Amino acid sequence: MNDRIKRLREKSQNAEPRISAERALLVTEFYKSDQCEMVSVPVRRAMAFQHILNNKIICINDEELIVGERGPAPKAVPTYPEINLHSLEDLDILDSRAKVWFKVDEKTKEIYRNTIIPYWTGKTNREKVFANLDKEWINAYEAGVFTEFQEQRAPGHTVLGKKMFKFGMLDLKKEIQESIHKLDFFNDTVAYEKREELKAMDISADAIINFAARHANELENLAGAEEDENRKIELMEMAAICRKVPARAPQTFHEALQHYWFIHIGVITEVNPWDSFNPGRLDQHLYPFYKKELEDGTLTDDKAKELLGSFWVKFNNHPAPPKIGVTAKESSTYTDFALINLGGVKEDGSDAVNELTYVILDVIEDMRLLQPSSMVQVSKKNPDRFVKRTARIVKTGFGQPSIFNTDTIIQQLVRQGKSIEDARNGGASGCVETGAFGAESYILTGYFNLVKIFEITMHNGINPVTGKKVGLETGVLNTFSTFEEVISAFQKQVKYFVDLKVVGTNIIDRIFADNLPVPFLSLIIDDCISDGVDYNNGGARYNTSYIQGVGLGSLTDILTSIKYNVFDNRKVSIDDLQLALDQNFENQLELRNDLINSTPKYGNDDDYADEQAIIIFNLFLDAVDGRPNTKGGHFRINMLPTTSHVYFGSVTGATADGRLAKKPLSEGISPFQGADRKGPSAVIKSAAKIDHIKTGGTLLNQKFTPSLLEDEKGLDSMVSLIRSYFRMDGHHIQFNVVTADQLREAQKHPEEHKDLIVRVAGYSDYFNDLGEELQEEIIRRSEHVAY
Amino acid sequence: MQGTIFDIKHYAIHDGPGIRQTIFFKGCPLSCWWCHNPESRSSEIIDLIKEEVVGEQKVCVTETIGKKYSVIDVLKEIEKDIVFFEESGGGITLSGGEPLLQYEFVLELLKQCRKREIHTCVDTTGNVSGEKLRNIAEFTNLFLYDIKHVDDKQHIKYAGVSNKQIINNLIMLDEMGKDIWIRFPLIPGINDDESEILRLMELLSGLKNKYPIQLLPYHKIGSQKYEKFGIDYNMSDYKEPEQEHIESILKMFSDARFAASIGG
Repeated sequence: MNDRIKRLREKSQNAEPRISAERALLVTEFYKSDQCEMVSVPVRRAMAFQHILNNKIICINDEELIVGERGPAPKAVPTYPEINLHSLEDLDILDSRAKVWFKVDEKTKEIYRNTIIPYWTGKTNREKVFANLDKEWINAYEAGVFTEFQEQRAPGHTVLGKKMFKFGMLDLKKEIQESIHKLDFFNDTVAYEKREELKAMDISADAIINFAARHANELENLAGAEEDENRKIELMEMAAICRKVPARAPQTFHEALQHYWFIHIGVITEVNPWDSFNPGRLDQHLYPFYKKELEDGTLTDDKAKELLGSFWVKFNNHPAPPKIGVTAKESSTYTDFALINLGGVKEDGSDAVNELTYVILDVIEDMRLLQPSSMVQVSKKNPDRFVKRTARIVKTGFGQPSIFNTDTIIQQLVRQGKSIEDARNGGASGCVETGAFGAESYILTGYFNLVKIFEITMHNGINPVTGKKVGLETGVLNTFSTFEEVISAFQKQVKYFVDLKVVGTNIIDRIFADNLPVPFLSLIIDDCISDGVDYNNGGARYNTSYIQGVGLGSLTDILTSIKYNVFDNRKVSIDDLQLALDQNFENQLELRNDLINSTPKYGNDDDYADEQAIIIFNLFLDAVDGRPNTKGGHFRINMLPTTSHVYFGSVTGATADGRLAKKPLSEGISPFQGADRKGPSAVIKSAAKIDHIKTGGTLLNQKFTPSLLEDEKGLDSMVSLIRSYFRMDGHHIQFNVVTADQLREAQKHPEEHKDLIVRVAGYSDYFNDLGEELQEEIIRRSEHVAY
Repeated sequence: MQGTIFDIKHYAIHDGPGIRQTIFFKGCPLSCWWCHNPESRSSEIIDLIKEEVVGEQKVCVTETIGKKYSVIDVLKEIEKDIVFFEESGGGITLSGGEPLLQYEFVLELLKQCRKREIHTCVDTTGNVSGEKLRNIAEFTNLFLYDIKHVDDKQHIKYAGVSNKQIINNLIMLDEMGKDIWIRFPLIPGINDDESEILRLMELLSGLKNKYPIQLLPYHKIGSQKYEKFGIDYNMSDYKEPEQEHIESILKMFSDARFAASIGG
């Protein structure tokens, strides 16, 4: 990293996250205008987008090479009142909460008090969502059975494909005109809707071109006033680039990065989509530019690294939009889940790793930033040296890159109905979610608390925390005479709650389709333009709705414990066990010790326990997989938690695995923290027993003692371990190379460990930014004195 | 037929090539002062009372050191790790204690592994009958062969037995043309002076083949176990070797054209 990038990086890290009212004011101004009333919904959204981009402050930071900020300054985070209106109380909470705070100044509060709140109250998408959901859905949501991604953020969950590195906005405008030209107003009953959508896309394309031109103007102004000759030339070059992209296709490495960045800013300004946005297969997209310029002598590796460094800083300047309530608990982080993707295979199935892949790996190691996060896709066709280079970065202990199995991802995508080419061009994004890049809307709909549902089953449909009935009456405990009857009751409850979730999602999807189309995002995802249909209305070639199962490890241990202690060995009756759980193991130390230390556990390659994981996985899969959504696609499952395992644990009582009430659940498909006692290979064997191919992603977090990576043999063994997991179809693995002692030390002296980054679940975060419960959970993962 | 085993370690990466499963047999003919597995010495199964921490509280539980296995039980455990052996070029390592004290069990286990094409490694003290060693060598891919001291008097003092049989067996395996990694624990003040290293090199030079040498620097991690198991620990005053000294010994080996490295 050169000095310039060091300075940019440091400034970005030191910038304070704060709320900016700029976007809220502009969008309100537009919605109050007369022209807003006169146009269709998609055109209204496009014009609002245009109004924001035409009027927002242009921010160009000293020394940077890639320009464009979503807010008026780095980490000045806009709000989206048309989706979720923050109350003054919300703003106070954001300003004052101990973790993941955003400073809110008095002026912003005043704007909210006088302008934003009076206009938007009663008009927001969030209010529409909650007004349209059934009582049963609300009951389950309040009990902590599931969360809802789309209640305060818009659907996003998509990634740019290769097309946009070959085309500019002017090319898309041509495509739009062709699509409008082809509309059949005689036979197509929705031709009008399509024309309005296409008009909206056209306006959005103009908006981003003008936004780039405004940057060009500003850069020329800055160049005029610049005294340093080198920077003056640089600013003029940057201005020329902004005159060219994103209007026209990029032709150089620098242009390609700037081109993408304008698109990125467009996507995250239009709405507040989940998983920000993501350039996808970066080493593949950039390689043609890199190769040509190296040959021409217009680019060196050092220059490429400098440009990438500046590009990295742009991601880091953009924290996730502020979240509140349950959504803040399920995803308590500044990270907005942009995941740089390297390796994998090409469209023809051949090894995709190239020289640029290794250059970008160097950048990842050097930059050591939370955002963007990074991942490698590993295929059996990729060389071991690629995996070993990755392991060497993992060894430095900041939880990146995460490691994915391309061969599994391709099988998942093909199973879901994608073409083999779209599958090979795809990958994973966000935490671990599988998608066809550039052609798919793959929405996460909500986390699904499997452990809570089991607790409700054990109480015949009642939520024991509130005494309220939320589930079905599937039988009183002591009437279960076999383990199979317990499973059967649980299966009925899972089906019931999945039904609620599916209905809720189908309602929410329509609310977004009708009220919040995203014409800008629709421009860049196939086949929205050719079909004239919005991304939020099923315009993407593929449309998947994911439900994310949480607590597999915990629930496996719970079921194993009941099978082992109640039914197979008759050590305790089911009523006595439930009584101990209801009393949170008070005065039941010996029972609890038996449950913890003398009962088989998931994560030890013990079939007795792992068979329960397979049962849970299959019944969840059966309840969800293949059900239709409203966008022409299907519901699928994946297994990841972000931080919801802490929230879900907090609403769940003591459990038969020995876990105390309110404590976190297991995360992803990882064993419960500390339950794995036979080392990493046994964990991998257990985790590989479920059928990963039938998911859209699973998350395995693996603690790894630094001493296991001390020498070359340690690195080689890690490569073999990864290859072994992937040979068994494992989807993803990530490593936390840190000791519990190091983490305890950081807890005691946070000021001395500001840089300590740990892997949480599908993303990394500063240890200091984690809530105490999550800090404790991660410490427990790292050592064997659990519970 | 049953074997007494006190631990099965998965993902063992310092007990031979690749990722290995190391099976620790109970019972040892030596009693090295620095041994970090003192619980392996006795061939008996023993019960210990220990405290288990459950949340904030402590509870007393019985921990059993050692467990009887049939060959089939052990094979089941081995089969679980085949994918790791294959991806890494690993296999199983029989260690201890001294695996050859349970000769018949070990022979049968090694034969069964050969049938399954599983790479086998035997970590031995060498203080066993030549005939037994010769018999298992047929089914063993690699020996990790421990030399503690070339000077017999010192060997008797610190390891409790003479090294004559150990050296004779090494010569025998050498003549058989077996693959061997020599392992030499580096214990400051006991076997780490220049003259002892020279004697070791002289011994190794006399062999027909050259073998890699792994120096295992003494560490104090094992000392807590002595307290736990109520065994006298003679090494309280001994220090771990200095890095500089280890480097100088490595250099002695490389100057004499031996391939020596630190650790397994």
